[in-house]
Amino acid sequence: MRRVVITGIGVVSAIGNDSRSFWRSLTEGRSGIGAISRANSADLRFKNAAEVCDFNAAEHFTDKELMWLDPFSHYGIVAAREAIADAGIEFPEGERDRMGVITGSCLGGKETEDRLFFDLYGEKKTRFPPIVIPAAMGNAVASHVSMEYGITGPTFTTSTACSSANHAIGMAMWMIRQGALDAAVTGGSEAPLSYGSLKAWESMRVVSTDTCRPFSRDRSGLVLGEGGAMLVIEEMERARQRGARIYAEIAGFGMSADAHHLTMPLADGAARAMKSALCDACISSDEIGYINAHGTATQANDVMESNAIRTVFGDLADEIFVSSTKSMHGHALGAAGALEAVATVLGLYNNILPPTANFNEDDPECAINVIKNDALPSSPKAALSNSFAFGGLNAVLAFRRFEG
Amino acid sequence: MPDETIAERVIRVFADFKKVGADEIKLETTFEELGFDSLDGLNLVFELEEEFDLVVPDDKVQEMKSVKDAVNGIEALLAAKSEAAA
Repeated sequence: MRRVVITGIGVVSAIGNDSRSFWRSLTEGRSGIGAISRANSADLRFKNAAEVCDFNAAEHFTDKELMWLDPFSHYGIVAAREAIADAGIEFPEGERDRMGVITGSCLGGKETEDRLFFDLYGEKKTRFPPIVIPAAMGNAVASHVSMEYGITGPTFTTSTACSSANHAIGMAMWMIRQGALDAAVTGGSEAPLSYGSLKAWESMRVVSTDTCRPFSRDRSGLVLGEGGAMLVIEEMERARQRGARIYAEIAGFGMSADAHHLTMPLADGAARAMKSALCDACISSDEIGYINAHGTATQANDVMESNAIRTVFGDLADEIFVSSTKSMHGHALGAAGALEAVATVLGLYNNILPPTANFNEDDPECAINVIKNDALPSSPKAALSNSFAFGGLNAVLAFRRFEG
Repeated sequence: MPDETIAERVIRVFADFKKVGADEIKLETTFEELGFDSLDGLNLVFELEEEFDLVVPDDKVQEMKSVKDAVNGIEALLAAKSEAAA
């Protein structure tokens, strides 16, 4: 069977605008959550988010490009460029049809739409620039990356709320394994901090007025984040032949649907996705040493996810280290799985597991082995990264340490 | 309907939401008896906010488990609002 490895990583996030600074923040347990500046938060019940800082789109794009790009595309494209440069991969004539770009996004270009709707309904403007449709479309990142690099193989976007990036990465991996692709740029990006979108989240009553404390007894809800993360993944022999640095193997993918409720997650669905990822990867449960949890810090998710981990791993769950890096980069929705895949892969590669920041107190209802506040030197053979979406759509990636 | 009491207005909001007659909603009726799940509860609180033009804080939503809880909660919030305005 063809195997698939990760050879390039790129990140734009609240805790660093490249993969190196993202990783440094993760190992320092540094949270990027702070006061919202992107929108007016005066009449919002929550005031904090994990915003991308010191990111000047004009340094990355021409004036003409900027006109056509929503912030979710800025993050996705800049992350893809870093991942491609990091991998040292080229897209030569003759091979381009076997290379693809598969991205995830929950909202697409909502900031662009938000501005249009304000002008339309608020300002009563009647004419609009022709950029809105292509800037707001969910597949904008996949399209721009394919055009920039001349990548002409299977290229598309998945949108499954908070699981979007995991579904994208999982599909890309399967397509390489199955033979439709030899290499892919894959991940996700999101820019959900427009005023309209923040007001919509406010009414869901799941956003913390404080900070994000996954699995901590005093957790108070999720904190929205933004950014993008991309991986270059390749068929293993191809990567070896060109002498690429290999971060880890992406070994399995599992997905499931709860078929239960729009917003209340079901442990059974999450557990089935984890089991399916293990089975797909041919990894036994005692090989898993780390789980990057979905860990949103809502009451419902964290209890459900802890129960699901217990269901899958039984007593082994006492030993498996678990963290939610959302405590640092926030919940970046359709980019979450990609940021967390990077955290997991760099953990395996560097033999350090990132912590759950902002953790105060054990919760007896979350009976799992949480890495609290400080990064942990550890060298697990394999790891999982969980994503569970509103609507009950679950996607779990399995990674294996690469031994050469 | 200016002479409606707060309780009658809350019951009307519940009845409209549930698409039943107001006589089918009693003060003692719980959300569970009405077959409400968490998402229905959120929607109902939104309808109450609209009816009474106020903001129900997140932690107050958790406390509302019956029609009576909702009436008490709305009365307290209205009192706090008129106090703040005075």
